[in-house]
Amino acid sequence: MTAAVPGAIASRSPALEARGIDKRFGPVHANRNISLVVRRGTIHGIIGENGAGKSTLMGILYGFHQPDSGEIRVDGQVQRFRSPQDALKAGIGMVHQHFMLVEPFTVVENVVLGAEDTFRIEGSLVRARAELEKLGRDYHLEVDVDATVADLTVGQRQRVEILKALYRGAQILILDEPTGVLTPQEADHLFRILRALKAEGKTVILITHKLREVLDVTDTVTVVRRGEVVAEVATATTTKESLAELMVGRKVLLRVDKTPAKPGEVVLDVAGLRVRDSAGVERVKGVSFQVRRGEIVGIAGVAGNGQSELLEALAGIRPVSGGTLRWKGVDITDDAGVRTAKGMRRLGLGHVPEDRQRMGLVAEFAASESAILGYHDDAPYNRNIILDRRIVSRECERQMAEYDVRPPNANLQTLAFSGGNQQKIIVAREVGHNPDVLLVGQPTRGVDIGAIEFIHKRLVALRDAGKGILLVSVELDEILSLSDRILVMFDGILVGELSPGQANERTVGLMMAGIRSEAA
Amino acid sequence: MSGSSAGGGAPPWVSNAVLPALNLAAALLVSAILIWLLGADPLAALKLLVAGAFGDSEAIGYTLYYATNFIFTGLAVAIAFHAGLFNIGAEGQAYIGGLGVGLLCLGLGGLPFILVLPLAILAAAAFGAGWAFIPAYLQAKRGSHIVITTIMFNFIASAVMTYLLVNVMIKPGQQSPETREFEPSAWLPFAHEILGYVGIEFGRSPLNLSFVWALICCVAFWVYVWHTRWGYRVRALGWNEHAAIYGGVAPARTVIVAMTISGALAGFVALNEIMGVQHRLLLNFTGGAGFVGIAVALMGRNHPIGIVLAAILFGALYQGGSEVSFEMPALTREMIVAIQGFIILMCGAFENLFRRRLVALLRPQPAAATG
Repeated sequence: MTAAVPGAIASRSPALEARGIDKRFGPVHANRNISLVVRRGTIHGIIGENGAGKSTLMGILYGFHQPDSGEIRVDGQVQRFRSPQDALKAGIGMVHQHFMLVEPFTVVENVVLGAEDTFRIEGSLVRARAELEKLGRDYHLEVDVDATVADLTVGQRQRVEILKALYRGAQILILDEPTGVLTPQEADHLFRILRALKAEGKTVILITHKLREVLDVTDTVTVVRRGEVVAEVATATTTKESLAELMVGRKVLLRVDKTPAKPGEVVLDVAGLRVRDSAGVERVKGVSFQVRRGEIVGIAGVAGNGQSELLEALAGIRPVSGGTLRWKGVDITDDAGVRTAKGMRRLGLGHVPEDRQRMGLVAEFAASESAILGYHDDAPYNRNIILDRRIVSRECERQMAEYDVRPPNANLQTLAFSGGNQQKIIVAREVGHNPDVLLVGQPTRGVDIGAIEFIHKRLVALRDAGKGILLVSVELDEILSLSDRILVMFDGILVGELSPGQANERTVGLMMAGIRSEAA
Repeated sequence: MSGSSAGGGAPPWVSNAVLPALNLAAALLVSAILIWLLGADPLAALKLLVAGAFGDSEAIGYTLYYATNFIFTGLAVAIAFHAGLFNIGAEGQAYIGGLGVGLLCLGLGGLPFILVLPLAILAAAAFGAGWAFIPAYLQAKRGSHIVITTIMFNFIASAVMTYLLVNVMIKPGQQSPETREFEPSAWLPFAHEILGYVGIEFGRSPLNLSFVWALICCVAFWVYVWHTRWGYRVRALGWNEHAAIYGGVAPARTVIVAMTISGALAGFVALNEIMGVQHRLLLNFTGGAGFVGIAVALMGRNHPIGIVLAAILFGALYQGGSEVSFEMPALTREMIVAIQGFIILMCGAFENLFRRRLVALLRPQPAAATG
């Protein structure tokens, strides 16, 4: 298709241009008159808080959503995408945050899937293999084309996704939060790939909320706030602070202010703990640590190294298969009455779960109902047999005021709130019931910067009130800035402990990849 | 994720009132075309149907008598829906509920009515609940899918009842497989009797006291589901099992509780049919009410008010439909069943036919739309 366009015109017009994009979902005005110019051969960042309309805009660019008004031009030509296939035909390829791969298939089979062009599959496979090897060499995208996807690491799987898009002829690649699942080293490799793509004249659109990455790798940044473009700046001329301010619309504190911890007595004492996942695979392979009053213990690690199972086991949701668990000195490992979600909560263990949509809330419930999840049997909310909705609503409104949840409407369905506000509802609930130890999983995943700042402050305040906090996060920045002690988890074991002074991106990053600190 | 909201986003009054009305209108329109193709006058048929269902107190009585069954089974299906379960077994649970009512009325029918009534309610509930308990237990503890087991239990219920009525409970010395008639103290009073007693004239119809019990059940359902911690657990489980477990809800126990309530509600059909109208236990007295209950719960949005309205609609179709087929020979009984089928199809399968368009239509238009 490039051959048909005279070179001079093609190079003068931008690779991708959006003009006056407007999109509503029911009452939500997701995109307001958005215009965007992405120059050929650049890496263009799109940043914005959660719920700012980034995902919608991206969905429109790759044909998943259709705009209510406005137009998209690719190489200066107006295009109307009815589906992602249309967008791909115009040269726009999408790399999703959650990979769309068939695990039992090999890399080459995955790449060919949906692009088979011969009656017998063998012909396509042979052609694809040759093409993939060339692409791999050109762009640092080395992957064993005959490996089964199930055996690949997350970083390798992402490369397969990129190869898939390139194999289909994508000239413009859109990546949605690509580093969320990567170690810092894997993220660096990804950025090398993106730079190589750029050098070959491909165009990359990077959607992210990580300001550091934007500054590292992009040429231009578009900032989206409340569905509108609020700024388009050359990356070289901007700073982290000014981007954060543009995103949120006010000054934000990127560092967490806290005093040194004053650890007290041990509340939670875990020794040799083993946990299996639902499929019976051992995911936590003997971990030992303690959580004291007045400290934040951070567990760093790439997602999927047993942190989720550990949290769920501690919270009483998942049984332990070995080891001991002590609460204020008492062995509760085999106490069936206590080792349930309800029992652990009664002991004084709060839990902000990793995945708020899946576990922390009931999306279809009114906010006031989600705000008592886990505490719905408690006396203050119940009069004899009746769950007193007036008290529940009033309590929720009080929490909403205290945590600045917007809109402050307790009767609104939970799903109508943005990610950050949903998370505030959960944190308010768990902190509000005054736990002795709070388990916190990914407290700021999909949460906007303003809310991150707020939630971090609350966690530090809880610590200062003499409570213990166990923090699990894949965001290294978050672990580094909040924790008083840092544990690193890899493949079900704790590979090391660091003090905040010793820990930095590199030391923790290597340990997260399973390389012990001695080796470094 | 904004992507998943493509079909939703309708304000409550739209999805709870406008959409069901639109679905109903579409079903009637399709039916009208069919009636017209059969050479009959659709408008005349509609007039007959409405007059047959609501024309006089007798017609209303019949309509509400049918609706009584559908309220019970609609509530039964709805409570299971709230727990995320699809109970297709209301038919069998109602049938076995009849066994409970029948045994009680045969055995203790001589007692004063004031004693028989609560005992019969308990018997209907216990037998219906017991029949639902087995699939519930199998789902909760053994992972057998409740849709499959409740369907199978309909057949088992049918076989059990046929065996019992033909071989055990049949009144000696007769051919038809039904029990002897209960003593009159075990009969529920008819509406025309009760209303006549207080001086209101009401046409003779099978409508009886069980209708009042159905309305009481609606109120109790509303309180239980939305205003107790037990209803909270049921709804939490139905919407999001992971969140329910996180919140300390025991899924197995909650599944069993919701299903036994469902079975008990279904069992109450027997109060209407066996105690209220037939005054004896007989074969197939449920007449498909358990399956109509699924449509009623769907159309009624699993809310008691919606369920009452949908039950009256289906009651009207039953009653008005027989009137139509009597007056217009071209429209047989089967034709009425087909119309019901269209309504179920429109409310269930084509639920989203209008939703998306309606949502798009209601969306505020951009002030300055370009070319």
